[in-house]
Order: sequence, then C-alpha cells, then structure tokens
Amino acid sequence: MSQTFTKSMARNIFYGGAVFFFLLFLALTFDTHQALPKRDQRHLLDSATEVGQRIAKGKALWEENNCIGCHTLLGEGAYFAPELGNVYVRFGNSKEAIKAFIKSRPENGITGRRSMPQFHFSDEELDALAEFLKYASEIDTSGWPPSKQG
Amino acid sequence: MKYQSQAVAKPYFIAAIALFVAQILFGLIMGLQYVVGDFLFPEIPFNVARMVHTNALIVWLLMAFMGAAYYLVPEESERELAMPWLATLMFWVFLVAAGLTVAGYLLVPYSSLAKITGNEFFPTMGREFLEQPTITKVGIVIVALAFLANIGLTILKGRKTVVSLVLLIGLTGLAVFFLFAFYNPTNLVLDKYYWWWVVHLWVEGVWELILGSILAFVLIKTTGVDREVIEKWLYIIIAMTLITGIIGTGHHYYWIGTPEYWQLWGSIFSAMEPIPFFMMTVFAFNMVNKRRRNHPNKAAVLWALGTAVMAFLGAGVWGFLHTLAPVNYYTHGTQITAAHGHMAFYGAYVMINLTIISYAMPILNGREANSPRSQVLEMWSFWLMTISMVFITLFLTAAGILQVYLQRFSDNPLPFMVVQEKIAIFYWLREFTGLVFLIGLILYIWSFFAAAKDAKAGVGAEPTGAAA
Repeated sequence: MSQTFTKSMARNIFYGGAVFFFLLFLALTFDTHQALPKRDQRHLLDSATEVGQRIAKGKALWEENNCIGCHTLLGEGAYFAPELGNVYVRFGNSKEAIKAFIKSRPENGITGRRSMPQFHFSDEELDALAEFLKYASEIDTSGWPPSKQG
Repeated sequence: MKYQSQAVAKPYFIAAIALFVAQILFGLIMGLQYVVGDFLFPEIPFNVARMVHTNALIVWLLMAFMGAAYYLVPEESERELAMPWLATLMFWVFLVAAGLTVAGYLLVPYSSLAKITGNEFFPTMGREFLEQPTITKVGIVIVALAFLANIGLTILKGRKTVVSLVLLIGLTGLAVFFLFAFYNPTNLVLDKYYWWWVVHLWVEGVWELILGSILAFVLIKTTGVDREVIEKWLYIIIAMTLITGIIGTGHHYYWIGTPEYWQLWGSIFSAMEPIPFFMMTVFAFNMVNKRRRNHPNKAAVLWALGTAVMAFLGAGVWGFLHTLAPVNYYTHGTQITAAHGHMAFYGAYVMINLTIISYAMPILNGREANSPRSQVLEMWSFWLMTISMVFITLFLTAAGILQVYLQRFSDNPLPFMVVQEKIAIFYWLREFTGLVFLIGLILYIWSFFAAAKDAKAGVGAEPTGAAA
C-alpha cells in the first residue's frame, strides 16, 4: 500500500466503519420490528387463547426433541429430512395428516433407509406440534419455498 | 517460549485436537447415515450425531481461540499473563462441561436431557448449534468472562499492540453476542432473527477479527516483516469485514418472515463479503514474499497461507455463490448451504487454529520448530485434509445443484426423499473423501509424536537462514 495511506487512517476506517454500520444495522432492526406484526402471525400467539398455548407448547416440544437436528424450518436446520415450514400445506392443509405421520413412525426404523424416530407423543402433544407447524406455514416468507416439496 | 505463563495454552491446544477427532468421527457417522439411513438407528439417530459433530467443532474452535489468546497475549503485551491459575482452572471447567454435555447427548434421549437440566424453566435448547442445555450455556458465559478478564487485564497492564487489541475486540464481541443465545421467544420470526445475532455475527463478524489477529501474529513472527505494515493490513481487512458483514446479516433475513427490503440490503452487502477474504489472501502472500527471514517452521507458514486461500474460497467464493436473493430463493436450506458451511469453517476457522497450533506447539515444547521429518508429515496432513475438503465441497455442491433442480426448479418438483435417493452417489463420494480427511488428521497427530521422538533423539529443525 502507498505511503500516503497510513496506519491511523486504516484504524479510523475500522472504528468509524464498524460503529456506523452497526448503528445502521440497529436502525434496520428497529424498522423490522415495526414491520413484523403484519408478517409474523403474532396474533395467533396470544397465550390467553387455546391456540396460543398450543403453539407455545408445540414450539417447546419441537425444541426439546431436537427436530432441527434433521429437518429444516423455513430453510434453517439440518438437511437430512424434509423442510417443515410448509409441511402443513404439503399435507393438504391438514393437522390430522401431520399427527398421523408422526404417530406411525416405526420403533426400530426402516431397514436401509432414513426414518424418523418414534417419540411416543400423547394426543395433546401431537395437537400442539401440528398447531405449531400450521403457525409456521402461515408466516409471510416472501413466497419461499419455491415448490410445495420444500 | 518467552513467558512462563504462555504454557497454559498447551492443554487448550491438546483438548482442541482431541475434540477435532471426535468431530470428524461423528461426521463420518452422519455421512454414512445419509446413504445407509438405518446405520446406528435408533441408538445414535442422525440428530444426535449432528449435534456432537457441530458442537464438538464449536467447542474445539473456542478452546483453540482461547489457547491462541493465552499464547500470544503475553508475548504481545511483553509480560506474564495476569492470572495463569485462572486460565488453567477454566480449562478444566470448560473441558468437564463440554464432556458432560456430549455424554448427555449420547447417553440419554435429548428430551430427557432437557428435562434433567430444567429446560422448561429457561428454555434455550433445541435450536441449531445452540443445543447445549441452558446450564452449559451459563458455564460457557462464566468461562468466557473469566477468560476475557484474564486477557483484558494482561493487555491493560502491558504493551498494547494492534494485534492484541483486535483480538480483544473480537473476543469481547464473541462473549457479548453469545448472550443472544438466551433469548428464545415463542414468536418464530423473532427467535430466528436474534439467533443469527449469535451465529452470523460470530462467524461472519467477530470471529474474523480473531482470525485476522492470529494470522497477523503468526506472520509477524514467521516472516519478520515490519509490524507497522502488518498492522495496517490488519486494520483495513477487519474494517472491510465489519463494513460488509454486519449488514450482510441480511442474507439470512430473506425468507424467515422478515421484511422484503432485506433482500436488497443483504444481497448488496453480502456480495462484498468476499473482499476482506480476498485482501487476506493478498496480504498473507505479500508478507511471505517480503519475508526478512526463513523461519524454520515451514509447516506453520504453509498453514498460514492455506488459511488465507481456503478462507477466501470457502467463505468468500462459496458464500457468494448463493448469497444473492434471487439465487438463494432456490438454494436456501439445501446441500449448497452444507457445501459452503464445510469449506468456510475448515478454511477460515479450522485452518487458522491449526496455524497457531503448528507455530506455538513446538515452542511450548521447548524448540523453535519440529524436525524436518515431522514437518513433512504435517505438510502431508495439510494437503490430505485440504484437498479432501475441496472435494467434499465439490461433491456437496453437485448434490445441491441436482437437489435444487429436482426438488424446486423442474416442472414437476419431486419429494425430498425421492430426490435424496437420486443424488446418493454424491453422498457416497463425500463419505469416501471424508475417510481421506481422517487419514490426514491421523497423520497430523502422528507428526506431533514424530516431533517428540526426534527431539528426544536430538534431531533438530533445519537452521534458520536469511531470506533468499
């Protein structure tokens, strides 16, 4: 680098750039928070309602069974098993179909193939998981995924 | 070594390599499960193997970062570490916490681990890379704070260099952004939004500061180039990192419920994210070309140059490949992401840690460099691991392109599992290449034992010479 470009100039670009762009990021984050209520279906999450309670319980079950360790949800997670952000739509807008699938997984897997474990969920737990996945499918994801197959 | 307390780095490096081995073994298990779906099922289901694979990676990288800091900060500050006993204590706390957590993953079902550790009272588990029980996360915060206090105090009391200041800023950012791991609302969009504040702002933000600082340190030591020149480069590289990388977080906000303007912000800024990596490559080669001495540790210099090249390829080029919103619409959450993830983590963070370990371990063992035989072994391991990682990335990229086409782009998109079977050949190739990587890792470890044996027999490194 030329001699006119000094170390203190480089330092100033670093500190100035880091602070400026972090503040810009905070401003965009603030704006995102203003825009989210129209997109993130938060009205469903009211914990005073039964639906809201089911979604919260469904998300807890989702997490406590590490579903993200095989599946993606809105494209994030592991790539071993199908995307579940739109599974409600893929299964014909049916919570019952989701519940039936989870319930019917064989205890010892399928010979030679990938298989979802049998989690022995109660009916109430299956309801909660299906409600959570329905909620996930209703988030406005700007048209993603490109195909129903996820 | 110049300061006695630098020795605390040694157990960190050794534990890091041990966890690296665990990471690779579980990677091979997962790779096989991709093609032989019932392998080890239901004893070690895929999600458990993946947790061990990714968490072992994170912990060993953190361990090695800490070892690097404990090694280089005393030397940069020209004084002993403020509290060497605390560094040793924290090593054992960290190792035991990591060991118990991995044991928990493997010995009980994940839901039982959640129950045992009281996840319902403070739920933070079950999110990608943040699977650790809440209590483990608290442990990580304690270790990080004790570590920062130790490093910070040493820097404060001693000589302040750009290398140590940048390292301190990076490590502080690492600790601060980890705190977002404790925020887990039911609102999935907010959950994901701030989850990225840990994941993205770590790997495409503050970790790059740590990477730059370690690379600068090793280049100062091995090339003898004037510190002023190297520090100017360091500043300008990390400036570009944060200028592009902070708003670049937007490339994760395309399809998770966040407003659509992120597609523009994210595309523009993340398209520039390769720039600092490219500068890093130019920087490393320039410094080595302008070297004023030939350091006897040739393996360390090879790792340093390799880091610069592979970080640019993995993080820069493979990141750019799918970062523009119109492309990412199709590639988001496919094997393309996995391809990028593998080469980026290997090229940037695995290799920088192997660089500092390669440089520091001989010195910690009382010699400037290892015997020629040991270095040749280490260089073989460099090429075996690096070339196999290139091929792993290429195979996963091929799998990803086919997956995108068959599952998302063609006129009749096929179901996920149908597509997985059609692209299985690439998973097989990836698995075989993974075995070559393992051979490279075994050679790497063997090189340490060869070095120790030669040192005992009195075989030294080649003498230091002036630059040609």
